[in-house]
Amino acid sequence: MDTVMEKPLTEHIRPDGKPLSLKEYEAVGGYSALRKVLGGMAPKDVQLVVKDSNLRGRGGAGFLTALKWSFVPLDAPKPKYLIANADEMEPGTFKDRILLESTPHQLIEGMILAAFAIQASESFVFLRWAYKVAAHAIEKAIHEAYDAGYLGNNILKSGFDLDMHLHTGVGRYMCGEETALLNSLEGKRATPRAKPPFPQISGLFGRPTIVNNVETLCNIPHIVNKGSDWFKRLSRTEDSGTKIYGVSGKVKRPGAWELPMGVTMRELIEEYAGGMQDGLRFRGALPGGASTDFLVEEHLDVRMDYAGVAAAGSRLGTGTLVVLDDHTCPVGFVKNLEHFFAQESCGFCTPCREGLPWVEKTLQSIEDGKGREKDIDLLHMHTRYLGPGNTFCALAPGAMEPLQSALKYFKSDFDQHIHDHRCPYHAIPATLEHA
Amino acid sequence: MAIIFIDNKAYEVPPGRNMLETCLTLGFDLPYFCWHPALGSVGACRQCAVKVYKDADDKKGRLIMSCMEPVTDKQRISIVDPEAKEFREHVIEWLMTNHPHDCAVCDEGGSCHLQDMTVMTGHNYRRFQYKKRTHQNQYLGPFVNHEMNRCIQCYRCVRFYKDTAGGKDLDVFASRGNVYFGRSEEGVLENEFSGNLTEVCPTGVFTDKTLKEHYTRKWDLTMAPSVCHHCSLGCNTIAGERYGELRVIMNRYHGEVNGYFICDRGRYGYQHVTAPDRIRKAQVGDKETDRHHALNEIARVYGPGNKVIGIGSPRASLQSNFALKTLVGKDNFYHGVSDEEHRLTEFAIRILKDGSVEAATIKDVEHADAVLVLGEDLTNTAPRMALAVRQAGKQSFLPSINKIGVPSWNDAAVREVIQDKTGAIFIATLEPTKLDDAASDVYRGAPDDLGRFGQAIAHLMEEAIPEVSGLTAETRDIVERIAVALLRADRPVIISGTSLANQSVMKAAANIAWALHKKNSHARLAFTFSECNSMGLALMGGRRLDAAFDAVRNGHADTVIIMENDLYRHSRKELADKILSQCKNVIVFDCLPNGTTQKASIVVPAGTFAESDGTMVNNEGRAQRFFQVFEPANDIQESWRSILNIGDLVSHPRLMKWKNFEELTKALAEEEPLLSGVDKVSPPADFRVAGQRIPREPHRYSGRTAMQANINVSEPKPPEDNDSGMSYTMEGYRGIPPSSMIPFFWSPGWNSVQSVNKYQQEVGGPLSGGDPGLRLIHCTNDSPKFFTDIPEQFKPMDGRLWLLPSHHIFGSDELSARSAVLQERIPKAYLIISEASRVEMGIHEGEELSFEVAGRTYSLPLKFSATLPKGVAVMPMGIDGIPYVDLPSWALVKEHHMAEVVTVDVNAKKNQ
Repeated sequence: MDTVMEKPLTEHIRPDGKPLSLKEYEAVGGYSALRKVLGGMAPKDVQLVVKDSNLRGRGGAGFLTALKWSFVPLDAPKPKYLIANADEMEPGTFKDRILLESTPHQLIEGMILAAFAIQASESFVFLRWAYKVAAHAIEKAIHEAYDAGYLGNNILKSGFDLDMHLHTGVGRYMCGEETALLNSLEGKRATPRAKPPFPQISGLFGRPTIVNNVETLCNIPHIVNKGSDWFKRLSRTEDSGTKIYGVSGKVKRPGAWELPMGVTMRELIEEYAGGMQDGLRFRGALPGGASTDFLVEEHLDVRMDYAGVAAAGSRLGTGTLVVLDDHTCPVGFVKNLEHFFAQESCGFCTPCREGLPWVEKTLQSIEDGKGREKDIDLLHMHTRYLGPGNTFCALAPGAMEPLQSALKYFKSDFDQHIHDHRCPYHAIPATLEHA
Repeated sequence: MAIIFIDNKAYEVPPGRNMLETCLTLGFDLPYFCWHPALGSVGACRQCAVKVYKDADDKKGRLIMSCMEPVTDKQRISIVDPEAKEFREHVIEWLMTNHPHDCAVCDEGGSCHLQDMTVMTGHNYRRFQYKKRTHQNQYLGPFVNHEMNRCIQCYRCVRFYKDTAGGKDLDVFASRGNVYFGRSEEGVLENEFSGNLTEVCPTGVFTDKTLKEHYTRKWDLTMAPSVCHHCSLGCNTIAGERYGELRVIMNRYHGEVNGYFICDRGRYGYQHVTAPDRIRKAQVGDKETDRHHALNEIARVYGPGNKVIGIGSPRASLQSNFALKTLVGKDNFYHGVSDEEHRLTEFAIRILKDGSVEAATIKDVEHADAVLVLGEDLTNTAPRMALAVRQAGKQSFLPSINKIGVPSWNDAAVREVIQDKTGAIFIATLEPTKLDDAASDVYRGAPDDLGRFGQAIAHLMEEAIPEVSGLTAETRDIVERIAVALLRADRPVIISGTSLANQSVMKAAANIAWALHKKNSHARLAFTFSECNSMGLALMGGRRLDAAFDAVRNGHADTVIIMENDLYRHSRKELADKILSQCKNVIVFDCLPNGTTQKASIVVPAGTFAESDGTMVNNEGRAQRFFQVFEPANDIQESWRSILNIGDLVSHPRLMKWKNFEELTKALAEEEPLLSGVDKVSPPADFRVAGQRIPREPHRYSGRTAMQANINVSEPKPPEDNDSGMSYTMEGYRGIPPSSMIPFFWSPGWNSVQSVNKYQQEVGGPLSGGDPGLRLIHCTNDSPKFFTDIPEQFKPMDGRLWLLPSHHIFGSDELSARSAVLQERIPKAYLIISEASRVEMGIHEGEELSFEVAGRTYSLPLKFSATLPKGVAVMPMGIDGIPYVDLPSWALVKEHHMAEVVTVDVNAKKNQ
């Protein structure tokens, strides 16, 4: 058990959730990391402390942040870009939203530090369109930061220049994929790009670019201030730091909490979310947003870190649980998700563009009681051939994760739909009841 | 070289290319859609999946897209792996969820890449049981038909139209399963290369609208290798006929010339062949008669007592020109082009022959890492060259892009790195051109000023060329940038031509190329000319048109044989009228009525390209053979054949010896020193493979026993071809013919044009056996003498305009301008003056200007240009309503007045 539970990312959030003003942020130590860095640290030093901290990207893939940065050629001519990926659209995920709405300066400071570490001269916050409150908060905070000399030319008289822009997307899940985000930011269609070239070498407008998740960036000021060892100690496991976990679904208190990396799923659901709503039983959960495999009862004690969830057959993803209960139809649940993914396919590659609507239609058909035995084979075919590498980006493989695990853990539900020609979770129509 | 293992068999292949093209080159059948040899890889369709293994011990492997995988040494892949095969089958299955089941009635059926690939993967049973998505189709103009329901979203259309051809009005819209390819609103596709969509599209979304009007399946066409007759580049084409009617023009791949694409003039200009006013019957006096009678009349006229001269043509074949030259004698043979054009063409040949730089092929231009266009509006004078220049734009970036691990064929990645940067392309022209958006520097000037500009560049490279004085600081900057870029380039190409009728630009182009050659042996020089056989005619030698007129005027000639030439396009009307009326006999061979045929006492119908065998020489000096597509009906035949007939009738000692095309061509090659070798351009008439001819018809050709059943139930004997080793039937050799004799591309399982893969030595490379054609001109002088004359700066004259020609892809070429489908794309006559002149003359919008030039008064609607130098005016020569005048000339400004308002009903055209 942790003796003192530190919550560096969220401890200063105001009780009313209103964004911390510049003054308030400075009062709790805000921008001291920036002063420290610009007061004499080299970009390599910043990279080093982040490297030592073992910080991994909080967007879902969990790539080592400092390693990503290290691919940017430091001596490349201007411009280089730093982008905060704030296009949080993973269903069931709302962890970045909290940070964006309540502590915008924390993000901005993290971005300036990251920009300094890779010597970027221009930065963007690529924000989900629907996050109107956050947009307002960030816009105001960027203004404040400019006025205070944290942004613009010659920041804190250090000679370091950085501009920052807020870009609100138009609400496409695809833009969360970093290369599609770049295309979108360039005013092009939000389709993913081939790698290589990696954005670190040729990204936005063909220039070296780093795209980091909001939560990732928010960690940087604290790591700089308190050091990598402190950051490692925050965690219960190998994967350092805290994590903003979330729980949604029919639990008593859905929400998000900053906790040491590596709490168990059971703790999250039972302690923090207050357990299942009365009369409902836990059947499973997507541990890291909609595009992760279901974990079920036997996995409740799995540690919610990268390795732990992976060992259980899923992914930590965004660390936000979507809980399935025993009164909700798993087929309908997955159909709902596949509807989302089919809608959000960019239409670039064949398996995703054509396969996902087929999956959705098949699930709808099963849910409507029109399913056939062969439909299960068809769904299995898709989970197999929409896998990683077969499609151009990770959208369709992600879409297959909840489906393939649902087919495994909730097979009987699928079979029952097909056998009974109806969804057992729906109220039985009166006409049939008497038949 | 790398050794790779495909299904455990070792192959030696060049490393770095992508695995898909490597497999295709090795002869494997691997299905694909989004990849195209000229468009590169993007990895969208996922059709070309194969298994790749870490090493010999790896039995599991993983699926990769072969088009995105660079070939490396010791790589192991499997094409036949069950999982890879199953995945490829599923990709088709996915595509078919929304593709209509209308192959039987679809106009792409039988030449459909999607159909071929579907069969190849083995997918045939439909499991998808839901509704298909549907789309609205759009009206895209007269050339291209749109049928969006058939779309499989391979993105090739936009990648060709936007990324390759620079088009702005075709795009991809919407997302997910609803992706739509079309225009933002209905309307005519603006790009000059839109017709290529019909070949780039792997299925029937974009099809040839003109073919659709009299539709024929590919397998029912009689086809022959042809060469485009509508500009000087000589793009290779395939022409297809059925029921005696020319129905379609398709691209015929040539590795050095046109590659995979032709322009819309070349594809849609063919309807002059089927024009209702074609000359099909001979005419003597006012009476229609048969050819036999007309030729006898000519034989009679040819006899003693008449002084006969012949006027050849830059749009007629070498054979026709040579036959005429032989008939009338070389001293009586005249080139049917204006003196200025004659002079410029010969000058270009001199530069290429007596210079140090080889002529650039279109492929050279495409691969150039720096291009300077001096004086040519390429999009309108040599469209396919413009397309090549556009591709050259990325070349200068490729080395640094390769360095960051992106292969040149990885198209999307290359474009993302380049973004909207322009490469080392420089364009100096009179007026803005459509190619300007690909250029990093443009320069505007009157022709002499373009010459000065070019000389200024040359001066920076070569001391022997004097400095050009009086350039502005800004111009000097551009000059320096261009000189530096050209010197820095590994493969620079300089492009100029005769369209401005200005020798100084050609001299400057030569100087720059020669100066570059001193440092870089890869420098190339390209000239473009006005007609398809300008170069061939000039190489043949002959006298000038003015001399012909002198001969008539002075009484040295009273009978003129004019072959495939409308004198009214090469000389002033007053002059042509006078000369023709002075002749006792005006004998004209031509395919369409024109000013000259109207004055003729005898008209003999001439075969168009589709009805003729012949050889032409393109702008680089490449002699190319074109073959008769079908035997024409009525009295139509090649001019050379008619002249051989006359030779027989008059017992001409030489002509009567030549019984056929072969013998005529041999004599031509022997007698014309500059054309030596043209008889070797293609295999001789007795060429056979295993005793068989090359059939013009696919083996699935249908209906021949029934086609003429309304006349006779017995199947008629097919025409015999004495002029080539091809047959007019479906019987014959089924393998790959010599590269100059490919009537159509087909290979088992590959019915679409994509079968060209099977005809190439390597995908995207030369055709098997080498690309066809024979270069007649090679540079011979390693240190030519530079041109040191610098023209005077252009000075405007009060009350006068320096009148220059402009050119239009649709309208400026004589024969294609008679194609029905092009009519709505041909601009109306106009005159452009500079904004400065407009202000000075007090002219308002909508006014016409009257001016006098060479004794004739013109009155043309005005357009104004902010870039045109003051005192210069431009009008589109050759467009209907503009009689010929020697340009450039000073025009005397007379008056300006409001133009009559002409309303055009746009909808009326659309609904036709």
